[in-house]
Amino acid sequence: MNGAIERFDDRARRRVGAYGRTMVRENELVRHPVYTRVLHWSVAIFFILALLSGFAIYSPWLYRALTPLFGGGPTTRLLHPWFSLGFVIFFAFQILNWLEPMTWTSDDRRWMKQVKSYVTNKEPVEPEYVDFFNGGQKLYFWAIVASAVVFLLSGFPMWFPKTFGRITVDIGYVLHDIAALVMLVGFIVHLYEGTGAQPGTFQAMTRGTVERRWAWTHHPAWYRRATGRDPRTDYEQARQRSSRPPDPTARTDLK
Amino acid sequence: MPSGTLQIKAISAHSGPIPGQGVQREEDVCKYIDVTTCIGCKACEVACVEWNDMPFQQTTFDNTYQTMPATAWNYWNLIKFNEHQRDDGSLMWLMRKDQCMHCEDPGCLRACPADGAIVQYTNGIVDFQQENCIGCQYCVSGCPFDIPKFNSSTKKVYKCTLCSDRVGQGLEPACIKACPTGCLKFGTKTDMRALADARAQQLREHSGFANAGVYDPPSVGGTHVIYVLHDATKPEQYGGLPANPVIPPTYTIWKRAAKPIGLLLALLAAPVAFFHYVMEGPKEPAP
Ligand code: HEM
Ligand code: SF4
Ligand code: SF4
Repeated sequence: MNGAIERFDDRARRRVGAYGRTMVRENELVRHPVYTRVLHWSVAIFFILALLSGFAIYSPWLYRALTPLFGGGPTTRLLHPWFSLGFVIFFAFQILNWLEPMTWTSDDRRWMKQVKSYVTNKEPVEPEYVDFFNGGQKLYFWAIVASAVVFLLSGFPMWFPKTFGRITVDIGYVLHDIAALVMLVGFIVHLYEGTGAQPGTFQAMTRGTVERRWAWTHHPAWYRRATGRDPRTDYEQARQRSSRPPDPTARTDLK
Repeated sequence: MPSGTLQIKAISAHSGPIPGQGVQREEDVCKYIDVTTCIGCKACEVACVEWNDMPFQQTTFDNTYQTMPATAWNYWNLIKFNEHQRDDGSLMWLMRKDQCMHCEDPGCLRACPADGAIVQYTNGIVDFQQENCIGCQYCVSGCPFDIPKFNSSTKKVYKCTLCSDRVGQGLEPACIKACPTGCLKFGTKTDMRALADARAQQLREHSGFANAGVYDPPSVGGTHVIYVLHDATKPEQYGGLPANPVIPPTYTIWKRAAKPIGLLLALLAAPVAFFHYVMEGPKEPAP
């Protein structure tokens, strides 16, 4: 099974990759190949369209604000399930693509226990065991998987209520709302983490590369695997070379 | 008899004030249906189809006298023919005119997410406005009486209007006008309720229907269509009239309270992220 998925992913990465390129500048590492980037932004476009058209029929004031974007209420209702299907289909490929790096491990449990120090930027670099994705990223990924399942199971009865019956619609409606709210929170946090919160991250999904500094800061174990070098040593050496004040953690004294 | 322009009391999924609210006070209207004197002639069915200019369609014959198994998007008024066995073994018809009940607290309107697709007038009539309907069919699952019906080619939902177009002009609904036995009457809610109570009492005291009573279910705030039943303790035997019709909690507690609170909490993530940036700053690659 895993072998088949690997073979499929390899072929897809090669085929789609042939249409694009990833330019690696000096001191950079390839983070996301063309295939991953294309999938990510296809998922993102459909997801955002589905989110907006879905929340358009969520409450009266959102209805007024958002339905005009899609040409009015009836077209919003017509388009929403199709946007969602687009999201689910592309995300299915992303699941296959990321199954391996997203697998939950004991390191992720460890990471979750120290999430407070992550949120408060306590350490200049992440713990040495953080690999390609950290626990928070994996949590977001699996939350999307779970929500996609809930969206599908509750969405079809709401799309074809005659076939599925009233009770399924009544229950599905509530589950659909909960999944949408979870996705909204996740999306806001994701948007922030991918842009403002972590300078140098956005280019991972656009140009496909990250700086080496970025890699040993946020994903030391991946840095070790990708370069064969020790992230901590490279970080210390770079720190000594740099002309900046010796320890940026001094900030805690400046509250 | 109410007449003049219909004033709106409630609008589905509407934010902001209701235009003209409270300008005019009106009597609540009510359709009175005495099930005990209905002869099943279907004059009301024909009158409804005629007045509303509805195209006819093929239907299913299911070995009853009923025109079709259930009301349809273009057939809003249906006499349900129920064969009932009395205690002594003899048979009787329980004929019930099935249509929208024009609930005082309408589940359809509560469920509807589209601004102005369902309105309730000050006289109590609940009316669908197809030009605003988005075809989501939430009203179908919100209605305890299984009334709104979807037309898959127009992608809109339809139901009995209680002839709001006639009532607004001071006329009675078409079905009332057509009924030959006088089992249908139309007037103010107060008058019709009094008439129904009197008729039920008559049935109890003089016709041997000890359980005769009026169907005006308080669980939906009362209805603007009321029935006099031979046996008000068993409304289900009249073609599935629910004894205690309830709007699913999905469209009451969940939609009214949980959804807005949930959305507010979810959107809180945005200011939290913003102030995280302001207070903790970005996590730069080190050094
Ligand atoms: C326009 C808004 C978006 C931006 C700016 C954005 C940005 C990014 C970036 C920079 C990464 C790479 C992170 C890394 O390499 O460590 C990423 C990864 C990812 N994106 Fe997005 N993204 C957006 C929308 C979405 C949407 C709508 C979804 C899903 C429905 C999504 C799902 C993911 C997932 C699952 C990952 C991998 C895990 C993670 O990094 O959290 N993204 N995104
Ligand atoms: S019977 Fe159904 S359609 Fe008619 S007003 Fe009540 S909830 Fe709405
Ligand atoms: S289908 Fe029913 S609930 Fe949906 S918009 Fe139309 S009237 Fe409102």
